[in-house]
Amino acid sequence: MNKQLLYAALLCLPVMNCGAATKASEHILGNGLKIVVKEDHRSPVVVSQVWYKVGSSYESGGITGISHMLEHMMFKGTDKHPAGEFSRIIAENGGDENAFTGQDYTAYFQTMEATRLAVSFELEADRMRHLHLLADELKKELQVVTEERRMRTDDNPQAKMQEHFASVAYSNSPYKNPIIGWPSDIAGYTVEDIQAWYQRWYAPNNAIVVVVGDVKTPDVIALAEKYFGDLQKSDIKPLKPQAEIEQLGMRKMKVKVPAKLPSIVMGYKVPVLKSAEQEWEAYALEVLAGVLDGGSSARLSSGLVRGRQIAVAADAGYSLTERLPSLFELEATPVEGKTVEELEAALKAEITKLQDELVKTDELLRIKAQVLASAVYERDSNFYQAMQLGMLETVGLGWQKADEYVPKINQVTAEQVRDVARKYLIEDHLNVAYLDPQPINEKTDNKGAK
Amino acid sequence: MRIGLAGFMLLVFSSANWAAAKIEHWQTSQGSRVYYVQTDDLPMVDIQVVFDAGSARDGSSEGVSALTTGLLDTGAGTWNADQIAQRFESVGAQFGASSSIDMASLTLRTLSDKTLFDKALETMQVILTKPGFNEADFQREKNRTLAGLKQQEESPAELASIAFYNALYGDHPYAHPTSGTIQTVSGFKVDDLRKFYQQYFVAANAVIVIVGDVNKQQAEQTAEKLVAGLPVGQKPEPLPDVGQPVKGKLQHIEFPSTQTHVLVGVPGTYRKDPDYFNLYVGNHILGGSGLVSKLFEEVREKRGLAYSANSAFIPLSRPGPFLVSLQTRNDQTKEALQVLNKTLTDFIEKGPTDVELTAAKKNITGGFAMRFDTNKELASYVGMIGFYDLPLDYLDKFQEKIDQVTVASITDALKRRVKPQLLQTITVGKAAGEVKTSRRSERKGRGHRNSEK
Repeated sequence: MNKQLLYAALLCLPVMNCGAATKASEHILGNGLKIVVKEDHRSPVVVSQVWYKVGSSYESGGITGISHMLEHMMFKGTDKHPAGEFSRIIAENGGDENAFTGQDYTAYFQTMEATRLAVSFELEADRMRHLHLLADELKKELQVVTEERRMRTDDNPQAKMQEHFASVAYSNSPYKNPIIGWPSDIAGYTVEDIQAWYQRWYAPNNAIVVVVGDVKTPDVIALAEKYFGDLQKSDIKPLKPQAEIEQLGMRKMKVKVPAKLPSIVMGYKVPVLKSAEQEWEAYALEVLAGVLDGGSSARLSSGLVRGRQIAVAADAGYSLTERLPSLFELEATPVEGKTVEELEAALKAEITKLQDELVKTDELLRIKAQVLASAVYERDSNFYQAMQLGMLETVGLGWQKADEYVPKINQVTAEQVRDVARKYLIEDHLNVAYLDPQPINEKTDNKGAK
Repeated sequence: MRIGLAGFMLLVFSSANWAAAKIEHWQTSQGSRVYYVQTDDLPMVDIQVVFDAGSARDGSSEGVSALTTGLLDTGAGTWNADQIAQRFESVGAQFGASSSIDMASLTLRTLSDKTLFDKALETMQVILTKPGFNEADFQREKNRTLAGLKQQEESPAELASIAFYNALYGDHPYAHPTSGTIQTVSGFKVDDLRKFYQQYFVAANAVIVIVGDVNKQQAEQTAEKLVAGLPVGQKPEPLPDVGQPVKGKLQHIEFPSTQTHVLVGVPGTYRKDPDYFNLYVGNHILGGSGLVSKLFEEVREKRGLAYSANSAFIPLSRPGPFLVSLQTRNDQTKEALQVLNKTLTDFIEKGPTDVELTAAKKNITGGFAMRFDTNKELASYVGMIGFYDLPLDYLDKFQEKIDQVTVASITDALKRRVKPQLLQTITVGKAAGEVKTSRRSERKGRGHRNSEK
């Protein structure tokens, strides 16, 4: 089959559909609140997300995890609505809601039948400026967050390894701290700490409202003006840079935890879209990740899992939309009889190959085909589209970058992929962690599979 | 752009006057049932081929359904695994194959442009009708499954789930984990998979779902083409009935985790259950509605005992589990289990209040359109309707059925279907003397007994 022909068919698609696809647009209120709206009239529903430019990478020692703790407390009542009322009102209106905290953002969302957007706006505007923090509620919620940490990290060998890995891979970047926070920091939050964090970051001029769904843009802006327009803006102090110092040599570590399988994580210090000397470098790293792990035909599955049968599973990961320079990660679990050291050598050989040889044309086309198709599939979900816009906006790239993604990936050449492999995937900037499994307990170990 | 959405649960809903999707239904010339919905907003198509061939059909070869399904795309026709993956990925198509308790499913998401669509469809058709079951692929995938099974043993949540299904279902085919056990999978030969495939992956046992940007004629041709190479075969006999446990039981598995995972339940409801909507709404109030359920309120909001506390009916072909779960610091297990049991038994005893029921109905019907506002969710609903042979107007009647539920009908259904004295309780964690006391704390006459473990 003619690959060029298939690819041509793929390239036509975005053009074919630009009539149906609505562009997002933005509007900024007098108090600095930015509203980003994308109309999508396929279903009579809407997703509304409020994004705050604050997350774990904004935190300093002693209060790690406080952004996440504040996220939990945002459901604990305002001057106007007591604890639990927010969720009750959303539920009664057929809504679904939740919130999430990342390294670079904290976001709150509701999905609703489209005519009920005002319900969401009224409640979100209220808690943007009028949170009422109570010591008793904090005391309980501290326990909840501690349970969350136990469930996510403390009792999960892979998560535990990742946490230890990040804490060593980064020297001084705030990405070294877990989003949920270190246990003694969580135990020490006071109402004053949470209040101060809320005062410092929760204001209209530090937030973005993203709305995607069956709405009309002018109506959304009018509604935003009505509910958010009177909120006071704040004097948001600029964030200290906390720029990661250069790593001067490979770092290796072992994490010994009760577990059944060994595994390895490798991470190279790399730039992201925001920090790259030239933008194309970040897109080339994204394509490079695709060469290794863009589907079952990519090199890690084809070469290490199936071909050499050295890994049970092998993944590569890179996120170009983070706020600060980050890690290009490789993670793998050896098959029985193989060691993590053998796997490390195999993964390094894949990196060397990328530095020595140009990626083949059909490999490159395959990655681009998947990116093009995914851009269509992503439009199946309002939520996903809103996530993209909000994330790009909070890290400071601007939501418009979403539209550049496909063309920029398309422009990446085999030479550029080789060049970023040579420039950034170097041993002095590499960090390696081995999960060294310890016995779980005698009883379980003797129990067999059942 | 690739962003991680894992961990977010996205629900859905809408206005009462919004027409649900129009599902068309026919049979292929070989007797496969086809369910089709045209949506032409996006140039893409979702296709599923589903067989009554889940782990419930494993027999004594526990895990054979999962491994058979997993092996399909590692070699078919004249292609090896690399060539198959390249064929899909060169046109941006996404293929998947997996097993659950009731179903073995092949799924394809592809663009609807003819050149791209045809190549993806042909690849799926060959995988479905001419899988190779090569010895080398089999050995590799078996080893990967065994590694996954080994890894399960480091997870208290997985151990609890395995023990829970075992406690609820005893000798019934729903008792064992879908991926099997180290013991059973170790003993597989490639012929076991081939036999399983030949018996169950037949046209008469297939349901085909097509949702997306294809017209009726294209959908008909697609369905015919997909299964043309399959023998007609026959549908398997219905699964045996599920009985209730003879008595309540508490089983503790010692594990060096910081939390104890708690699962409580009994066999619950099935897809065609006349009580289904009563149980669904009842559970919604008890522990199915996220941040506003009674369990969430009692366990988390009032006492801070857990991050997650919820309940669910998992309807299957036969009664799937009714399941209440939480995770809590080891030394709080007794208190958390008391709160869980009291909340559950009070609710079964008294049922919801009028206010609670009204709020639940508003939430469910108010959010109706969000249940299938994406092609992905719509395809999943249509697949469920097709596989379980539910009425084609299931979605149209959904809100009406919810509205008909009353406090009395919920209470009546719950009382008949969830008997507190039969509850199976699993705890996995560090006991620290807590489990013995928690056994004593069980309500009188509950009949819980500590387990052999």
